Amino acid sequence: MTTTLHQPFFQHALTAGTAIALASGLIGYFLVLRAQTFTGDTLSHVAFTGAMAALAGGYDLRLGLYAATIGAAVLLGLLGRRGRPDDVVIGTLFSWILGLGTFFLTLYTTHRSTTRGNAGTSVLFGSLYGLDGVRTATAVLIALALTAATLLIARPLLFTSLDEAVATARGVPARALGVGFLVLAGACAAEATQAVGSLLLLGLLAAPAGAAVRLTDRPYRALALSAVLAVLQMWGGLTLSAAVPPLPPSFAVMAVAAACYAAAALVRPAPVRRTGP
Amino acid sequence: MLLADPAAPAFSWNLLADFQQMWSYPFMVNAFRAGTVVAVVAGVVGWFTVLRRQTFAGHTLSVVAFPGAALATLLGLSVPLGYLGACLAGALVIAALRERGCSGGAEESAATGTVQASALACGFLFVTLYKGLLGGPQALLFGTFLGITTDQVVLLAVAGGLVLAVLALVGRPLLFASLDPDVAAARGVPVRLLGTAFLLLLGAATAEAGQITGSLLVFALLVVPAATARQLTARPAPGLALAVLLGLAACWLGLLTAYYQPYPLGFCVTTFAFTGYLLAHLARALRGRSGRTPRPTGGPA
Repeated sequence: MTTTLHQPFFQHALTAGTAIALASGLIGYFLVLRAQTFTGDTLSHVAFTGAMAALAGGYDLRLGLYAATIGAAVLLGLLGRRGRPDDVVIGTLFSWILGLGTFFLTLYTTHRSTTRGNAGTSVLFGSLYGLDGVRTATAVLIALALTAATLLIARPLLFTSLDEAVATARGVPARALGVGFLVLAGACAAEATQAVGSLLLLGLLAAPAGAAVRLTDRPYRALALSAVLAVLQMWGGLTLSAAVPPLPPSFAVMAVAAACYAAAALVRPAPVRRTGP
Repeated sequence: MLLADPAAPAFSWNLLADFQQMWSYPFMVNAFRAGTVVAVVAGVVGWFTVLRRQTFAGHTLSVVAFPGAALATLLGLSVPLGYLGACLAGALVIAALRERGCSGGAEESAATGTVQASALACGFLFVTLYKGLLGGPQALLFGTFLGITTDQVVLLAVAGGLVLAVLALVGRPLLFASLDPDVAAARGVPVRLLGTAFLLLLGAATAEAGQITGSLLVFALLVVPAATARQLTARPAPGLALAVLLGLAACWLGLLTAYYQPYPLGFCVTTFAFTGYLLAHLARALRGRSGRTPRPTGGPA
């Protein structure tokens, strides 16, 4: 295990993973607070289609990822009432988009190359160990930029998320913030797709934030806790996958995340519901 | 850059001859039988799902189906049983989470999201361990019409019949409880029990649909036809019938296309279902413009 820890691929995975987890933890908290987990899910599916379209067209995978997720985020923000789209509309749209992704996958695997037949699997489930130095540096820079941007709008965003009507009355641009936040979430989804894959990205967004919301009611503390938990989960997962080689890293990260969430749910079972839905 | 396989059978526009030729293969007959069963069950259950706004739960259940099927493959068990077992277990878990009073809002969606991601991760682990799965996890995720045996069709039909029978029994109170849970509870309808029962039915329907469209594209048969039907009519009986018809149409057209094209079945089915949804939106917009009062969107919040 110690030899694995010193390998460059592991160090790259650790560096990029930490930065990505930090951004995902912060953005995930707002997603959970605004009850937009389903939107995060959609973005992850869109990421798959974007990546596959870029590969099938012969472009860089990341170009497709960012174009697709940010495009989808803007679309979802504008489509929905006050930046919070309807579940059925999202579901319908994303199931078709995912279908389109399989179309591109077929195009890519049968047309472009026969050696990269597992490209679909690596986009779906991530290839954290496949990052090289340059891609790690880019991933870290983008993740840090996302973190900074999220922290910058954290205060007004928190206000609109908790009480939209009052925030609007006080002159906070709720709609613009909603769309802006979705764009950040989209970029974060594209970033995290490269680490844990488009299917497992939801766990990175939802699990630490869900646990943080369980553990504390105070917004800023929860926000920080969510980021810390996300980073710890990434470290725990990577260590676990280094210790037990047959476990793929994305599975290990997910397993640790789910365990954390379950532990948080056990520590503080059911919160008192103030108002019934 | 479209794919064309010279060895593939050509579509001749002579539908009778095409179907005769296609159905000379037993696997295509089985695929159509399975597709029909699935479309009917998913259409009916999906209509209630859209009404009850539980589409996220439906999606989660469909995702849970993936590790179930992957585990069944790994252990050498029957794959449909894996789908069914995983989905029913997932439905019970979601129902239990709901029982504990964290229904609605942020808490529940975070829990569902976590369950979903860890289920997918487990599925990925099983597929990685098994290694020999043809085409990787993609057949399980995105659907295939190859290799459906007669036994599987029988299992699908029996499970589907059970789901429809139970739904017929609880249909009326379920409709009442879905439209106005508070009044229904006051009138003595066991709302909570019905909610759990419906989740189980949803699990079974999802498991069925997942075998045709793949677990990621279950929405195409479960939610999209129902959402399309609800665009066109708000009344229960015509809505249910329409949802079933639309599901059947999407499934059959999808199978037909997938037979003549190299593209995966899931893509074909979702595309047809989504086209129907867009057309329904368009029709509604046109109808609204021609002076008739637009119907209220969606069910109860």
